[in-house]
Amino acid sequence: MSRSMTFATAVRKFRLGSTLVLLALMVLWSLPTLGLLVTAFRSKDEAYTSGWWTALASPFTQAWTLDPFSQALNAYGLVPSFIATAAVAIPATILPIMFAAFAAFGFTFLNFKGREFWFSIIIGLMVVPMQAALVPVLQLFVGFDSWLGDLQFNSPELFRWVPFWDENYPWHITGEYPAGWIVHSAFAMPLAVYILRNYMMTLPTALIEAARVDGASYYQIFWRLVIPMSIPALASFAIFQFLWVWNDYLVAFVFVGNHPVLTYTLLSMLGQYSQGWQIVAAGSLFTLIVPVVVFFGLQRYFVRGLTSGSVK
Amino acid sequence: MDEQQDISTYLPDLGFALTSIVLGILASIFLYWILNFLVNRLPRRAASALQPYAFIAPVLALVGGFLVWPTVQTMYLSFTTTSQDTGEQTFVGFDNFASLFGDPDFITTLSNNLLWILVVPLTTVVLGLLIANVSNNVGPLREKVAKSIIFLPMAISFVAGSTMWRFLYNYEAGNTQIGLLNAIVTSLGGNPVPWLQVTNFKLNDLLLMVIVVWLNTGFSMVLLSAAIKAVPEETVEAASIDGASGRQIFFRIVLPQIRATAVSVFITVLIAVMKIFDVVYAMTGGNYETNVLGVAFIKNYFEFGDTGKASAIVVLLMIAIIPIMIYQVRSYRKQEELR
Repeated sequence: MSRSMTFATAVRKFRLGSTLVLLALMVLWSLPTLGLLVTAFRSKDEAYTSGWWTALASPFTQAWTLDPFSQALNAYGLVPSFIATAAVAIPATILPIMFAAFAAFGFTFLNFKGREFWFSIIIGLMVVPMQAALVPVLQLFVGFDSWLGDLQFNSPELFRWVPFWDENYPWHITGEYPAGWIVHSAFAMPLAVYILRNYMMTLPTALIEAARVDGASYYQIFWRLVIPMSIPALASFAIFQFLWVWNDYLVAFVFVGNHPVLTYTLLSMLGQYSQGWQIVAAGSLFTLIVPVVVFFGLQRYFVRGLTSGSVK
Repeated sequence: MDEQQDISTYLPDLGFALTSIVLGILASIFLYWILNFLVNRLPRRAASALQPYAFIAPVLALVGGFLVWPTVQTMYLSFTTTSQDTGEQTFVGFDNFASLFGDPDFITTLSNNLLWILVVPLTTVVLGLLIANVSNNVGPLREKVAKSIIFLPMAISFVAGSTMWRFLYNYEAGNTQIGLLNAIVTSLGGNPVPWLQVTNFKLNDLLLMVIVVWLNTGFSMVLLSAAIKAVPEETVEAASIDGASGRQIFFRIVLPQIRATAVSVFITVLIAVMKIFDVVYAMTGGNYETNVLGVAFIKNYFEFGDTGKASAIVVLLMIAIIPIMIYQVRSYRKQEELR
């Protein structure tokens, strides 16, 4: 009697039921990742004659290989895509944060007429889908390019003094990195301003007023006082935005067409899967390296940012 | 595309990228510096009136020029048709909308979106709640491992996520199945099923939704878990002393206190799902009756060159989002009054 009691207590203490539910969910959640991970290290013959789970069942008789990686890297231009993705993602993370931090500072610490009105508009814009603005923005860039192209064609003397300017390759923005930065920054702005302002509201106003009394300008207060105190919020939004841009397909496809990014290259690999699932798997894994490292390295900041942004 | 590329061929790209990054950032810093410099040069009264705008004007310009104004343009474009030869725009009234609603395929697209809206946000919240609640019971180590695994898909692009699910949904005509689902079906003696083409009971649509639930549950779990942990211990203890069961405690004590978080997760996922694009585009391309507004928009614009219809699709999407927008602004106002 007492033995079965202690056994029951032990089971309760171990939380068997909860653990089993969690374990089942964890297995379910890992299946797609495992399929990718295993297939990326198999030869084409094996990938096509047996399921990836059979390799897990007999890991030691399996002929593991790195061939899919070398094939994926050589044949599909994944390395230039990697550079292109970084070239889109890094400024598209830093620029919106900087702009948003300035605006959040203005909305938090400066009083002006219409502050509530402008901020309500920012809140409302958080839910506008990017598709809403996509076509006209593209037309705007194309129109700008045709104006700039004409200008360079008709009066090249205005540009000759600029280093690296080449009249055979006139400047343009459509399909280039800056187009992606501008679009990503604009679409990220409402959420960024909202999150940073929410954080800045928690900073002590007395400190800022004291600095004003001491004769500091708002510009100095922003850089020397508010930015250093806002690092946690800046970091968590930076991670969020970086992952978003790195993983984005739509904006890159529409606006940065001259530099195929990783998601674009991966999708075109998917279209030619007759080359082999193992190559597609290796390519996918390659695109995941940076986001997964960033994610696990900075998970704590990311989670903190998520919870501070939405849990009231 | 079979070119063995030397690292030196990437260097110009890398150099260009680095230069533009540095220039872009310096230019932005300079913009704010000069704005503040100019404002402080003004007479005192003007300076203090204009000071806020030295901080917010660039954002208002960016958002106005690349978000608000283009959105208004899109509304206008939805009432026009653009000639593919001359690029000339003609006002056509509600023709684009009429031709969309006259097309049975578009009605399927709309009903697919509705199904996404009904299924995905609720499933994501319920699963997140389940995991948050269960993992709260098992001690820190197991909780951490489970959460990391379920949260991981948050870091994965929709395109890569879609690739992964191919290893479950894959279909081969022959005997060897390399997709897990079909391997299970055939080992049970059934015939392999081309999952993504099965339109009965919207099965293929539901299988696509599974991918998005898989990607978003981590987000839902993290927020709800934080909210559950923030529920005051005393409220739970008091109920437990009064003899409430575990289920009663969850539904009567915990759930009401985390309602606000659950609603905000629901809305976030809802908005993401309304404009869903990548997963459907990568998995079925919108074929086999799985089309959604996001894919129909891209196809109409880029494949059919129909700017008017593409814009009309987006306008319908925006109309659906307006109630959410009003709700967001209202709850922000309420929250401000509490500050």
